[in-house]
Amino acid sequence: MDQLFNRKYIVQGLFIVVALILLGKLFYIQIISDKAFSSAESNVLRKIYKYPARGAILDRNMKVIVQNEPVYDLMVTPNEVKPFDTIGLANALEITVEDVRKKLKKARAQSSYQSTFFERQISVQSYARLQEIMYRFPGFRTQDRTIRHYPDSIAGQLFGYVKEVSPDDIEKSEGYYKPGDFIGKSGLERSYEDFLRGEKGVINTLYDARNIAQGSYANGKYDINAVSGDRLISSLDIRIQRLGEELMKNKVGAIVAIEPSTGEILAFVSSPGYDPNQLVGKDWGKNYMSLIANPYRPQIVRPIAGQYSPGSSFKPVDALVALQDGAIDPNTTFFCPGYYMAGNHKVKCEHVDGTINMQRGIARSCNTYFCHVFQNIITKNGMKNQRQTYTKWHEQISKWGFGQKLGIDMPFEKKGIFYQADHYDKIYGKRWGYTTVISQAIGQGEITSTPLQMANVMAAIANRGYYLKPHLIKGIGDKNVVKKEYVVKNYVGVDEKYFPIVIDGMRDAVNSPWGTAKESQIRDIVMCGKTGTVQNPHGKNHSVFIGFAPMDNPKIAIAVIVENGGFGGSYAAPISSFIVEKYLTDSIKPRSNGYTVKAFAETNLLPALIDKTKKIKPTKLDSLKIKKADSLKKVKDSLKIKSAVLKQTVATKLKVNQPGTNHKPVTNK
Amino acid sequence: MIQQQGNRFFFNVDWITVLIYIALCAVGFINVYASIYNPDKATGFDFASSYGKQLIYVITGLILGLSILLFDGRLFNVFAPFIYGATLFLLVVVLFVGRNVGGNQAWIPIGSFRLQPSEFAKFGTALLLARYVSTFNPKFRDFKSIAIAGLIVLAPLLLIMLQPDTGSALVFLAFMFPLYREGLSGYFLLIFLGMIVLFVADFLVPTYILVLILTTIGGLFIYNNRRKQKIIISTVLVTIIAIAYLFVVKIAYEKVLAPHQRSRIELMLGLKADNKGAGYNVIQSQIAIGSGQATGRGFLQGTQTKYGYVPAQSTDFIFSTIGEEWGFMGCSIVIGLYMFLLLRLINLAERQRSTFSRVYGYSVACILFFHVFINIGMTIGIIPVIGIPLPFISYGGSSLWSFTILLFIFLKLDSNRMGFI
Repeated sequence: MDQLFNRKYIVQGLFIVVALILLGKLFYIQIISDKAFSSAESNVLRKIYKYPARGAILDRNMKVIVQNEPVYDLMVTPNEVKPFDTIGLANALEITVEDVRKKLKKARAQSSYQSTFFERQISVQSYARLQEIMYRFPGFRTQDRTIRHYPDSIAGQLFGYVKEVSPDDIEKSEGYYKPGDFIGKSGLERSYEDFLRGEKGVINTLYDARNIAQGSYANGKYDINAVSGDRLISSLDIRIQRLGEELMKNKVGAIVAIEPSTGEILAFVSSPGYDPNQLVGKDWGKNYMSLIANPYRPQIVRPIAGQYSPGSSFKPVDALVALQDGAIDPNTTFFCPGYYMAGNHKVKCEHVDGTINMQRGIARSCNTYFCHVFQNIITKNGMKNQRQTYTKWHEQISKWGFGQKLGIDMPFEKKGIFYQADHYDKIYGKRWGYTTVISQAIGQGEITSTPLQMANVMAAIANRGYYLKPHLIKGIGDKNVVKKEYVVKNYVGVDEKYFPIVIDGMRDAVNSPWGTAKESQIRDIVMCGKTGTVQNPHGKNHSVFIGFAPMDNPKIAIAVIVENGGFGGSYAAPISSFIVEKYLTDSIKPRSNGYTVKAFAETNLLPALIDKTKKIKPTKLDSLKIKKADSLKKVKDSLKIKSAVLKQTVATKLKVNQPGTNHKPVTNK
Repeated sequence: MIQQQGNRFFFNVDWITVLIYIALCAVGFINVYASIYNPDKATGFDFASSYGKQLIYVITGLILGLSILLFDGRLFNVFAPFIYGATLFLLVVVLFVGRNVGGNQAWIPIGSFRLQPSEFAKFGTALLLARYVSTFNPKFRDFKSIAIAGLIVLAPLLLIMLQPDTGSALVFLAFMFPLYREGLSGYFLLIFLGMIVLFVADFLVPTYILVLILTTIGGLFIYNNRRKQKIIISTVLVTIIAIAYLFVVKIAYEKVLAPHQRSRIELMLGLKADNKGAGYNVIQSQIAIGSGQATGRGFLQGTQTKYGYVPAQSTDFIFSTIGEEWGFMGCSIVIGLYMFLLLRLINLAERQRSTFSRVYGYSVACILFFHVFINIGMTIGIIPVIGIPLPFISYGGSSLWSFTILLFIFLKLDSNRMGFI
């Protein structure tokens, strides 16, 4: 042992320090940081997604209306690509060589060792051409998947479309969607996306350093089989849907037909329509742009997004609410001189009927009668309590679905306009009364509703007091699951006993010589209905008809609106009659008046296109001015209420007492 | 102490060291097997495969080691110059007849085996160094003894550099420690350390800042010792040399080192990111080791190992297999085994009566230490990629046998520790 013996400790100390450094670094990369672990996973693991078939949709008679069709994508794994005949590939795909380069560059930017899209949805011809020469393009492969196909080429707005997910969708889905996935963007495809899409399958495959597949990861323990989307059974009857679309050709408008006992929607026509197959595949962009450019705006889903004043078709509701309210009784008559004076504002009637009762008032669509009804309702507790009675009336009418979304299983439903008393308070202060809002009595002015809401009102009348939530899908999956909310009866708050008289009136509207829709009578079927002629400040009035059939135990309720169709009886009612007849008898018998489906289908009611450059849209300021002017006028009107009412009452009394009328005179309170 | 005659050859052998040796060889075999294992071609045991060969190397290595114990320990002292001469001769020969593998002219083909003289040069050098120190008992206070010792170490080092096998050459720096133990001034170690620090710093910090720092330190040192003229002069000298070194290193780096060596150094220092080219090995090796996490993926379960993500995995990067399949636990055990072996070797060396045995023992420990430190350090990215094997574990006959010979010669010397060699 010499004095240098201590140097042993220095050497050994160095060993230990170095060992600790090694262990420290190991501790960091193995235990603290998990970067290496995920890098290792991404080294070897490739998730290959298996796309499930999207769920098919059948109509109520189990006919397939939405199905899938195989398409082929060309995929590329950039780092497996060897120099290849770019011209050959470009020719096979019918694209330019420049495109080939661009696409390859894009794919490389995404990932060099993962298979990414080179060209989506190549045509069958391209696919066939490629199959023969595929061996010349190492790194490329084709992948098949399915796209939507709509065999009937109708109901475009109803089905909506499916499209590749946007970065936004991916973010919102919290990891469910991956780039390249497809998602329902509108219509049923959107509202039932969760059922239709099925479950994506995943195959975890291990790859070695040379990117050669080495079999499944963990013996497929984490693999997921693709599960096809649920099959949906639609409530639609494709026969009347097709008929409806045909009848609505060259017209703007909508048809909604509902089975009253279930709330199932039988027809859902939005016109102009388009072929849903246009919005499938790689021509999507081009076709979508041309749809958007169409001045008649086919992309609007008019049955739920079109908001029209219900017009006279509102009258049955008016009558029922009044009966329930006790504001009138079934025998109440009013005198119609061909107009109704609300203050000094004249509400015109299409006819001069003299003393008229409810049944006839409905059949003849008498504006005067219903203005009186409305006046009675609102003023029944005296002039001072009009606001309160209006509020109650609003509540009663709302029960029918006005001014609110019905919650149909389609996206983008509109609720229509139906103002509460507050709204008028804001405009008129305390000084407003029934004359201010008299236009609502006849479904005009500050009330709008969607064709769906109108059809739903008919369903409620057909059911004598309740409706079921209207819906388009009546069964989900193999078990035909029905949503619970679709079997709940929603009562509209009118007792069953009040319905017969109104329904009689509606029957007369179609089936009596004095009815407004007498031209639409169907042989052997009693259809009840109500026409409406909606004032259109921009052009010819809109033709509206709502109805149901048969009168007893109704099977179908319908609402038809034909923009610029004029009188309700001229277009909307006959169109309804054809659909009702077709639905109930599966045929259309020749009409005595010579009306044919063909003639209606050929009629062009598309409004002339207005040169948009000339049309000056009212600015916000302008519309405010208009409102103010209106309100000023109406304030003046209401000041004159008292004298007007007095005059009116006298006039009514005088006329009622004239001989030749069988009806018992009734004065309003 | 009374010893039995029948046990003469294996008398006094440190069996604990032998056990650690066997344990490390077993770790080596298991991991070589795993790194070569291919799930698709797992057909029984195959002696023609690499793991089959490794098993043969392990068994023959053990036989070789035990047969060394049969020698008379004094022979190594006597023949040290001859063994050294022979290895030098082989190092010269290899430059002419050697087979070029991976850019290094390091192998002499003998039949189906390939001999790597640089591996054997280690114990040749260790023996001659021990012989020199034990014969002349220099205290390395004079230039002559340092020069002679330096020559003994540098001759094989430079020959290996010519192959060029920088990695194996670097290992010869391990002889600094036995010399330090025998009296070489600690300043040499500090200077060496300083050279490394300056070398690294030269890449990370602009040179003018380093010059400023060095002159400031020198200035402060002179100010503190302002009455001692000798110190002032030597400080000035050291500072000037250090500054000159900075510039020489910069130039030498560009002119002397091969491009791949430069990029390895730059990668290690984080000056360059390259996950496809030169950096691929290091990144993949760290991914493999890191993905082992605490307890590893399990034997034959390492995906990076199985699917060949780490190049040279059975040889220089065998530690990545250990890291991936056995995790931090396995790594700790392996490093623990090495540490136990190294510390024990130092302790054994210190108990020698003969200087020859002690110097040799230190040499063995420090060579192993260099290998372990450089190899593991490289696989986890704290040392540039230097292709030297992990003792007893890496695949390959030459390295396993040379480490076996290196170790067992010492065990034999140790068993004779009571005598004077």
